[in-house]
Amino acid sequence: MHISGAEAVIRCLLAEGVDLIYGYPGGAIMPVYDELYKFQDDLHHVLTRHEQGATHAAQGYARTSGKVGVAIATSGPGATNLITGIADAQIDSTPMVCITGQVGSHLLGSDAFQETDIIGISTPVTKWNYQVTQAKEIPEILARAFYIARSGRPGPVLVDITKDAQFGMLDFEYKPCVGIRSYKPVPALDQSQVVAAAEAINKAKKPLIVWGQGVILGNAEAEFKAFVEKSGIPAVWTILGLSALETSHPLNKGMVGMHGNYAPNLLTQECDVLIAVGMRFDDRVTGRLDAYAAQAEVVHLEIDPAEIDKNVHADYPVLSDCKQSLAALIELVVPKKLDSWLARFDELYAKEYEVVIEKDTKPTKEGLTMGEVIVAVNKAADSDAVIVTDVGQHQMIACRYAEFIRSKSNVTSGGLGTMGFALPAAIGAKMGAPDRQVVAVIGDGGYQMTIQELGTIFQTGVAVKILVLNNEYLGMVRQWQQLFFDRRYASTEMTNPDFVTIAKGYHIPAQKVTERKDLPSAIQEMINAEGPYFLEVAVEKEDNVFPMIPTGASLNEIRLQ
Amino acid sequence: MTTTYTISIYSENNVGLLNRISAIFLKRHINIESLATSPSEITDVFRFVIVVNVTEPQVQKLVQQIEKQVDVIKAYYHTDEETIFQETALYKVKTNFLFEERQIQNFIKQSHANIVTVSPEFFVIEKTGFRHETEQLREQLAPFGLLQFVRSGRLSVSKAPMGISKILNSFTENNQ
Ligand SMILES: Cc1ncc(C[n+]2csc(CCOP(=O)(O)OP(=O)(O)O)c2C)c(N)n1
Ligand SMILES: [Mg+2]
Repeated sequence: MHISGAEAVIRCLLAEGVDLIYGYPGGAIMPVYDELYKFQDDLHHVLTRHEQGATHAAQGYARTSGKVGVAIATSGPGATNLITGIADAQIDSTPMVCITGQVGSHLLGSDAFQETDIIGISTPVTKWNYQVTQAKEIPEILARAFYIARSGRPGPVLVDITKDAQFGMLDFEYKPCVGIRSYKPVPALDQSQVVAAAEAINKAKKPLIVWGQGVILGNAEAEFKAFVEKSGIPAVWTILGLSALETSHPLNKGMVGMHGNYAPNLLTQECDVLIAVGMRFDDRVTGRLDAYAAQAEVVHLEIDPAEIDKNVHADYPVLSDCKQSLAALIELVVPKKLDSWLARFDELYAKEYEVVIEKDTKPTKEGLTMGEVIVAVNKAADSDAVIVTDVGQHQMIACRYAEFIRSKSNVTSGGLGTMGFALPAAIGAKMGAPDRQVVAVIGDGGYQMTIQELGTIFQTGVAVKILVLNNEYLGMVRQWQQLFFDRRYASTEMTNPDFVTIAKGYHIPAQKVTERKDLPSAIQEMINAEGPYFLEVAVEKEDNVFPMIPTGASLNEIRLQ
Repeated sequence: MTTTYTISIYSENNVGLLNRISAIFLKRHINIESLATSPSEITDVFRFVIVVNVTEPQVQKLVQQIEKQVDVIKAYYHTDEETIFQETALYKVKTNFLFEERQIQNFIKQSHANIVTVSPEFFVIEKTGFRHETEQLREQLAPFGLLQFVRSGRLSVSKAPMGISKILNSFTENNQ
């Protein structure tokens, strides 16, 4: 088949099973858009309102579908607008392929109109990137791009294609990539590592499992649950691991980290063996590193060799995909009776409930709390919604209180903490899991960072439920100002527009709740809506998220108030 | 405690890779002392030799991050004792000194340097050796007005085998 480079791009996407991409056109990518027009029955393109939105939508799509998200943009500003989403996908290991147009190869380096060195700019935040300057390279490079993005520890890949390569002709033949000699996506499981880890686990008196997104990315939920159940070991999660094990599971003991639960954090400092599964010891999880689980031996199940000993020394590393390593470990672990150890979790939970959780979720004061809103969502959605969160207090509260019965239900920006993530990510999340209820929980600040994506929601009709928790503050920053900067609220108070009117301007049904009595019905109405829906809840302005581990403090210094 | 480590990288020959590798140092605010790139003993496999002054945990993490890059086949780090290493320096001096200053000829002889070229205006001396050796010659020649001086990055081979062919062969076997 003798076709143009631009057509080859589309045929490669189709060959990779892509039927949906997000993007924004412009001069240097027009040949590809022209082909998209011809192929529109097979390959659906969603026009976001900003290229950042395209990346977050691709990320949301990847997170709920488990497939590679695709974003496409023009050169120069189109390409640079992708960077935040690419950086987010890199740090949160989200499989994504970004395709950018580039000026003609004869113009490279001439400061041509909309020329930017996107390869140079994206290098530190991509798993791999490549500039294509000849049409004939396209099939092989795109095959590699998809293979790299999805294999091993997933991540974002950027392919920059000069305009002449899009116009140029090639004899098209697509061969999926099955391996690259310099790249080993999954280390071969070493049984001796499994045996050593199992011995450490079996002799433990107070073991603790901390799981991360690796369980979800490795499709290892079943193995993970079997491991937890057979061993009887309490398990706690990082924010990106959330939903891999159902909330109601008796051994699911909650969240670790800066705003995690009391017991998981304090008992990290008491456990004798810490079993880390597919997580990377982020500083938001560990607090002060030299004091983190200093008493414990560490078992680390990890796919990425660069994570071993990066932050926390692994006494027993087990390198591999955790689907494999967990399956091997299950064979060797012996069931434990850990009654008194488990009782410690209940004791500390009771204390957290009394001081924090009850007030958050069943408030007696007048103002609405973010916690009660999340509880109302759980109820209306039977704990089975995909919850997409932005960044800030509402994010922490949502992750603390949202309930889940299935995996791939929590979509949030963890490592990068990207405000503006949620609205576009929710669009992708819904398209990646069309049969599921998708609720985007967003702060009034972050909502306004990508609010233009309401246009995408209106145009596509995608049934995203938008729940803005409005405290009229950049709440999380205000909380820090209150606690650590003597309440000097520098530039954190916001005069907000009428969000309901804005949503209505996009013809999205919208409502605002200011009183408790109206909350349940409004949430129910939002959940029941067939199409997109906007609900704003005016919450208490100066509530804080607790527990909290101040930056740089050890987990022992966790504060309940 | 920081030490001098030599990082050896075997990689594909890809335009963007140098940038990708230097970004790993930049991100950690670590200065590269010297860098040399060349083909390796294996056809189509490229080699980087990078010298850094860091702690062992730092160099371990650097190598882990380097090896993680898709186009990197393998990376190692070694201490000076574990490698054979040399640097090459070139010294450009005015030609009349060569004949007028006997000392210069002595310096060249004593340091086992070579004269690469002699033209009516200048001559060029080459010296390969350890840093202190090329440095000593530089100091000796400096009073005569060095027209130019340049020193290469460190070139280094490890005493222990690297085993790259084995890695590449095992890939070919698994993918046939
Ligand atoms: C793009 C970006 N800029 C700045 C920040 C720093 N930041 C973290 S949370 C936060 C406040 C978020 O406010 P809002 O969206 O209203 O959520 P709230 O905390 O009030 O729930 C800010 C400014 C960030 N995470 N991302
Ligand atoms: Mg706010």
